Amino acid sequence: MNIHEYQAKDLFTSYKIPVPRGIPARTVEEIDGALNEFSDDEIIVVKSQIHAGGRGKGTFTDGFQGGVKLAKSKAEARELALKMLNNTLVTNQTGPEGRKVQTIYFAEGSDIEKEYYLAILLDRATSKPVIIASTEGGMDIEEVAEKSPDKIIRVIIDPTLGLKGYQAREIAFGLGFKADQVKQMIKLLDGLYKFFWEKDCSMVEINPLITTPDGNILALDAKVNFDDNALYRHPDIQTLRDLNEEDDKEIEASKYDLSYIALDGNIACMVNGAGLAMATMDIIKYFGGNPANFLDVGGGATEEQVTAAFKIILSDQNVKGILVNIFGGIMKCDIIAKGVINAAKNVDLKVPLVVRLEGTNVDAGKKLLAESGLKLVPADSLSEAAEKIVELSKAA
Amino acid sequence: MSVLVNKDTRLIVQGITGKAGSFHASQCLEYGTNIVAGVTPGKGGQKFEDKVPIYDTVTETVQKEGADTSVIFVPPPFAADSILEAIDAGIKLVICITEGIPVNDMAIVKKALDKSGARLIGPNCPGIITPGECKIGIMPGYIHRPGKVGIVSRSGTLTYEAVWQITNLGLGQSTCIGIGGDPIVGTTHLDAVKLFNEDPDTEAIVLIGEIGGTAEEEAAAFIKEHVQKPTAAFIAGTTAPPGRRMGHAGAIVSGGSGTAEAKIEALKAANIAVAPTPSSIGETLMSIYKPAAV
Repeated sequence: MNIHEYQAKDLFTSYKIPVPRGIPARTVEEIDGALNEFSDDEIIVVKSQIHAGGRGKGTFTDGFQGGVKLAKSKAEARELALKMLNNTLVTNQTGPEGRKVQTIYFAEGSDIEKEYYLAILLDRATSKPVIIASTEGGMDIEEVAEKSPDKIIRVIIDPTLGLKGYQAREIAFGLGFKADQVKQMIKLLDGLYKFFWEKDCSMVEINPLITTPDGNILALDAKVNFDDNALYRHPDIQTLRDLNEEDDKEIEASKYDLSYIALDGNIACMVNGAGLAMATMDIIKYFGGNPANFLDVGGGATEEQVTAAFKIILSDQNVKGILVNIFGGIMKCDIIAKGVINAAKNVDLKVPLVVRLEGTNVDAGKKLLAESGLKLVPADSLSEAAEKIVELSKAA
Repeated sequence: MSVLVNKDTRLIVQGITGKAGSFHASQCLEYGTNIVAGVTPGKGGQKFEDKVPIYDTVTETVQKEGADTSVIFVPPPFAADSILEAIDAGIKLVICITEGIPVNDMAIVKKALDKSGARLIGPNCPGIITPGECKIGIMPGYIHRPGKVGIVSRSGTLTYEAVWQITNLGLGQSTCIGIGGDPIVGTTHLDAVKLFNEDPDTEAIVLIGEIGGTAEEEAAAFIKEHVQKPTAAFIAGTTAPPGRRMGHAGAIVSGGSGTAEAKIEALKAANIAVAPTPSSIGETLMSIYKPAAV
């Protein structure tokens, strides 16, 4: 689960990680209220809050440039905020449709002496958390890692021991800090690791982390991701979920425990199992089609779930055909066939439907489909199914 | 003719009285798996299906029934604890089917595993099967057939797809290992490939991977140097958008790493035959593997 920058900074503050003073606002009234907290002679940063990076270089759909702007006065900050609020911001991470900005974050401007990079995430090779730090802040870290790997510090943390003092010192000295800044950095690292571990983050990233001319270290930005598997033990984090940032169909799917991801193609698919669902998308593409979604109905889907899945994939207006691919193991093919038949009857199917069933009770399943009176096309193998749906959706 | 499990395996089921645990314990018993006990805290002294004794702790099953292998069907908040309990009791092979265990919990488990000498398969996996001898997990038994192809995969139903293709070609499987779709797993592709390489009764290997991490690349590097057995592979997720978790918690392309393209390239560089579609895993294997008798 993702959260907004302003929410991440609130959490940072509770772990004593220094951030510039800031206030979020969702309405015109809140904007005026927030700006009252700033003085007239300070620089205010006006930041669009969406769950995607590249905001500063983004463009709004009405042509307004930049989702993060500096204002020299409260009046200018208000003007900028009103241009951003409820406007749609397109960045290199949002896709062409962009995201509607529903929260503006006002932060005090900070003088920057130098920018750094700092992140904690899981290192899959060692199955341990890793802290990544670099003197090359404010840049794309993957690019830094590729071009100058010597400028990246990586420290692996033993999860049973936590971050030890010598490791924090290794990072602080490695970044070139001296004297009091070493102490500040160690304290910041302690707080950040504690936050990462206690709240079950899958990633925390500060880019940039800055030093100011008067010697302070500050987290200028904050990006935080949480492990979905651990949300059950963090009711406080669950309240930070912003449904406005999620696809409506994905929200609906999550209500039925379906794993659904919207894509931009026109052939919808419904599959049991994540690996097979990905492979089904791939084979649609292999035969010249474009998948409209990833949809895993899971190992023990009920008729209710299959019906919900059908409704969700059909609510996508781009869909020109549906491929159902089920390898029945625990899930029996006749049960799935009943679900498909009932769902198709309920939703007034207007696009071609190809169904491939294999596995437990396959003959009973196929018989039910054949006798259903539905205009569906049966297929015996996955490749045959994919070829057929690509062909039919082109004709539709 | 197998790795890790066979007809002599003495299996216990942790969570045997739960919905999933009881259903799959029945299925495994029906297949002929030697289940010597079940564990559900608080239900010690009862019997499962009037024959399998239930204990409160794993330690009792080791002491009284000589258990050496465990399969776990415990809900996610308690599953990591169950794995640790099994390791601590001296179980040598732990198979965790549970999906949805927090990553941090697994990081702790992994550390304990490294010290213990026990092996974990999973979590979030279909389990392991040596056809005709021992089925541990949720896979449908009848699609398998005893034979000489070793299969390792991160996915459940995609493995069934491969198994079924191989069975329909008249071949069979030595052992099929579902390693699971999480970012932290006990047994990796590389571990499984090493086991198959050393098993005299495994003649050919099928490796099924998906986007995320670099486990397939590590296996490919080992195969290039050390494996003479014919190896075929398939990687799922060529069309997966970056930055999104594709169902499995571990199936995510992040920061340009873990792409299907990079994995396919590494596999091909190791002379592994990569199937172009999930429908052609069987034929791709047959293009490089000439079994003695079909």
